[in-house]
Amino acid sequence: MHELSIVQGVVEICESAAAGKRVLAVVMEIGVLSNVMPDAVEFCFEACTKETLLDGARLVIDRVPGRAKCRKCAAEFTVKAYYEKCPACGEYKVDILSGEELRVKELEVE
Amino acid sequence: MCTTCGCGPEENNHHDHGHDHGPAHSHTHDHVHGHKHEHKHDHHHAGTASKTISVETDVLAKNNRLAAGNRALFDQKGVFVLNLVSSPGSGKTTILERTLRDLNGKLSFAVIEGDQQTDNDAVRIAATGVPVKQVNTGAGCHLDAHMVCHALDNFDVDNLDILMIENVGNLVCPATFDLGENHKVVVLSVTEGEDKPLKYPSMFHNADIMLLNKIDLLPHLDFDVEKCKEFARRVNPGIRIFDVSSKSGEGMDAWYEWLAAGTRKQSDGGA
Repeated sequence: MHELSIVQGVVEICESAAAGKRVLAVVMEIGVLSNVMPDAVEFCFEACTKETLLDGARLVIDRVPGRAKCRKCAAEFTVKAYYEKCPACGEYKVDILSGEELRVKELEVE
Repeated sequence: MCTTCGCGPEENNHHDHGHDHGPAHSHTHDHVHGHKHEHKHDHHHAGTASKTISVETDVLAKNNRLAAGNRALFDQKGVFVLNLVSSPGSGKTTILERTLRDLNGKLSFAVIEGDQQTDNDAVRIAATGVPVKQVNTGAGCHLDAHMVCHALDNFDVDNLDILMIENVGNLVCPATFDLGENHKVVVLSVTEGEDKPLKYPSMFHNADIMLLNKIDLLPHLDFDVEKCKEFARRVNPGIRIFDVSSKSGEGMDAWYEWLAAGTRKQSDGGA
């Protein structure tokens, strides 16, 4: 479960950004193609934030949908996984436009 | 303090935040820890406005920064670096043993072995005469760039052609962590089922080389090689696939040629 190290990274980023202030809420962006499960992040968040500036903070996760562009016909479409073909022409060679995000977007501090 | 990554002497894989949080932190001692807070903290802040801070930081930024440091060192020293990933039991260590023995005297190797526990794999690699460093991740499910950075202290990087990093056997987590390698090499054995690329797409998407191992067993299995390759290419159209048997040696020459070509390119300044 690599979400544990992911959340440790989140805590580190937030404590640095909060500069000593208590964190009330953390907004994260987690893309559907990011290989990170929101449920597991939530599970780890409570454990990892104890006795930090984030203790008791609310975690808000924005799920970013996957979008891809076909290299052959340039159609843009939504994907849930890496192996989906272009719905317009059936091509598998696509460029991922979004969905790989794994970011701390913003904090609400005291 | 480590001059490479800036970590303290006591530190290993994660940073201790100490107790320098200032007065704002003192409220935490009013709570009993180890239970879920059933109330929100709003009542603490009556009259005080909260403030929103825009952060916009990639969670993997720190690992990526350390990986970039590793990669810069490898480029400077002309070391060709591979990150071997797979499920447990696909044959990564056996592929390494055979590769190290067959290329002994032709290329100089070092190996980092990642496992949760034991140094069994490091013992096997050491028997080939190649320098090896075992990294035990404990509860951790993957190697990260920080662990690799420290493992490098064990090797004479100036006189190295290839560094093989055998990641923890796991088709999920190691996909996310860049170690500074030139290539992620995913090993899939034919005893595992041809649909693994579809079941674990992140790993096959992020790897650019695939070793289809244990092909000596194909006569005994219903494994559909072409279907497996088609699935891998759906997830990653550019993936390069070598069919190998680390036991019989079949197909290993093509892999060795690719290794030698990559090493030449890297020592010439850019793989």
